[in-house]
Amino acid sequence: MEIEKTNKRTGPVIFSEYSRSEGIKKALEMGREDILFELKGSGLKGRGGAGFPTATKWMLTAAANADKKFIVCNADEGEPGTFKDRILLLEYPHLVFDGMVIAGFTIGAKTGIVYLRGEYEYMLSDLEEYLMKMHQSNLLGKNILGRQGFDFDISIRLGSGAYVCGEETALIESLEGYRGEPRNRPPYPVNTGYMGYPTVVNNVETLASVSHIVVKGGGWFKKHGTDKSTGSKLFSVSGDCNKPGVYELPWGTSVKELLEIVDAKNTKAVQVGGASGTCIPKTQFNRVLAYEDAATGGSIMIFNESRNMLKVLKNFMEFFVEESCGQCTPCRVGNTKLLEGIEKIERREFTFAHINNLKELGRTMQVASKCGLGQSSPNSFISILENFKEEIFHTDGKGQSNGKA
Amino acid sequence: MLVLEKNALSDEIESFVNQYGNDRASLLQILQAIQRKHKYVSDFAQQEVARLLNIHPVEVYSVITFYSFLCTQPKGRNIVRLCRTISCDMAGKDAVEDAVKRELGISFGETTKDKRITLEYTNCLGMCDQGPAMLVNEKVYTHLDPETAVNILNEIK
Ligand SMILES: Cc1cc2nc3c(=O)[nH]c(=O)nc-3n(C[C@H](O)[C@H](O)[C@H](O)COP(=O)(O)O)c2cc1C
Ligand code: SF4
Ligand code: FES
Repeated sequence: MEIEKTNKRTGPVIFSEYSRSEGIKKALEMGREDILFELKGSGLKGRGGAGFPTATKWMLTAAANADKKFIVCNADEGEPGTFKDRILLLEYPHLVFDGMVIAGFTIGAKTGIVYLRGEYEYMLSDLEEYLMKMHQSNLLGKNILGRQGFDFDISIRLGSGAYVCGEETALIESLEGYRGEPRNRPPYPVNTGYMGYPTVVNNVETLASVSHIVVKGGGWFKKHGTDKSTGSKLFSVSGDCNKPGVYELPWGTSVKELLEIVDAKNTKAVQVGGASGTCIPKTQFNRVLAYEDAATGGSIMIFNESRNMLKVLKNFMEFFVEESCGQCTPCRVGNTKLLEGIEKIERREFTFAHINNLKELGRTMQVASKCGLGQSSPNSFISILENFKEEIFHTDGKGQSNGKA
Repeated sequence: MLVLEKNALSDEIESFVNQYGNDRASLLQILQAIQRKHKYVSDFAQQEVARLLNIHPVEVYSVITFYSFLCTQPKGRNIVRLCRTISCDMAGKDAVEDAVKRELGISFGETTKDKRITLEYTNCLGMCDQGPAMLVNEKVYTHLDPETAVNILNEIK
């Protein structure tokens, strides 16, 4: 079967009413200062995972003195369990592209690049067709909507199957034609980005949020969510539930509420934030989804009582071993060691002394790795082994408790 | 390779270089175009790209080996990539995997004798709400079960 498209979605912010190009028109009326003001007032933080304030990123790039500047839309969506950018690109491309044009206008860039993961190549022709239409309506090109001197264009570049290229500096390396190996930061892309020029790298959903903020105001956006996590978030929900899919919910929604909405039964654990995120056990389902508590780029994977958490963890660690770029030792060697440890537990050949060493190694990786991949890959190792000790260590290793059902 | 084939490949690569540009930043796009057409980037193709971009062939090789969708050895005419990440796994990936292997008589990582299909695993395809999912070349298929998956593979040429 081919992929399903839902045409009418509803939600408080992202899926609220918006007519195409509305944001661009409003932005041209407002001017740069006002856009930055509203953006700052909205409290919008990056939706790609790291949560950096978007207004700050834009202000730094707007202030930079350079011949050229770039806007990059990060559509590499590779975190296991994340698929909300797919929905935005397939069903709401106008929100994303309008956001890029607004960004170009605000920081003074003439070029926007979408880095689309290779796995999403099937979207390419539709997206390019949409960009053509924007050209025909003078929403791209020269003197956009009659504004003298405002030229902006968007092109799409494909990835080639490397998760780490979602990391912003690896993404830039890849765009420049190199291996997608993350750079040391600083310098940040806002200063030294694509081809050495100041560059804003934003997630698809961040840019889509911008389009709404420009039209409806920062205050409106801020009314949703919590103090520290303003607005709403798209959650990609998969695993053991009756209604998987993309949900727009305000930040601050608890894990328990979300489980009810998606009709999940007998839930044992929820992995929040993908393979790089943390695993939340039943006793903590009152935790809330927000930058200040259970942070996530949107991936929610649900496991019911029948699932073997060691197998889940092994799947995640295999992912990291394969996707580590191998550039730095803590990550390249560390992930392999963690996976070997899991295999030892599976074969019942582990010692607790060794497991404790591995957790210590994980904590070292969190501080010593060069990029977010190695810094976050031990999260699930540590949280799953700690939160599911009983099941993993006090059983026969196949998820069956000794003697107990 | 025959001289004629070499000339044809050179011309083709030259046209990709003209299309995407002869600067380093175009390298990945050029390699993707070659891969799409030939399902691999041969030694000769690598040398041609290096020559036209004025970089060392090792640079080209090093970029190819970094990306899992690019390769230096020939593969089948169609590349099938089954998602093995946990949400698809829980949705029944194992049964699909077994059925596909049985039907084609090969394991993952292998190519059928008639060069029709190469089977590979891949990580999360962003279709986790509709798993199990797989890519056939650039096309995505979801909600697979052993039978639908095998039918899809039997239909491709
Ligand atoms: C290993 C790794 C993978 C990442 N993948 C993505 C991704 O697929 N999409 C994304 O938007 N950000 C991803 N990021 C975060 C980016 O580095 C960057 O913070 C983000 O694109 C900035 O945009 P935002 O501020 O709008 O979130 C990844 C980070 C790391 C360390
Ligand atoms: S942490 Fe891992 S992915 Fe990141 S640079 Fe080091 S080896 Fe590469
Ligand atoms: S887990 Fe298979 S598509 Fe995401």
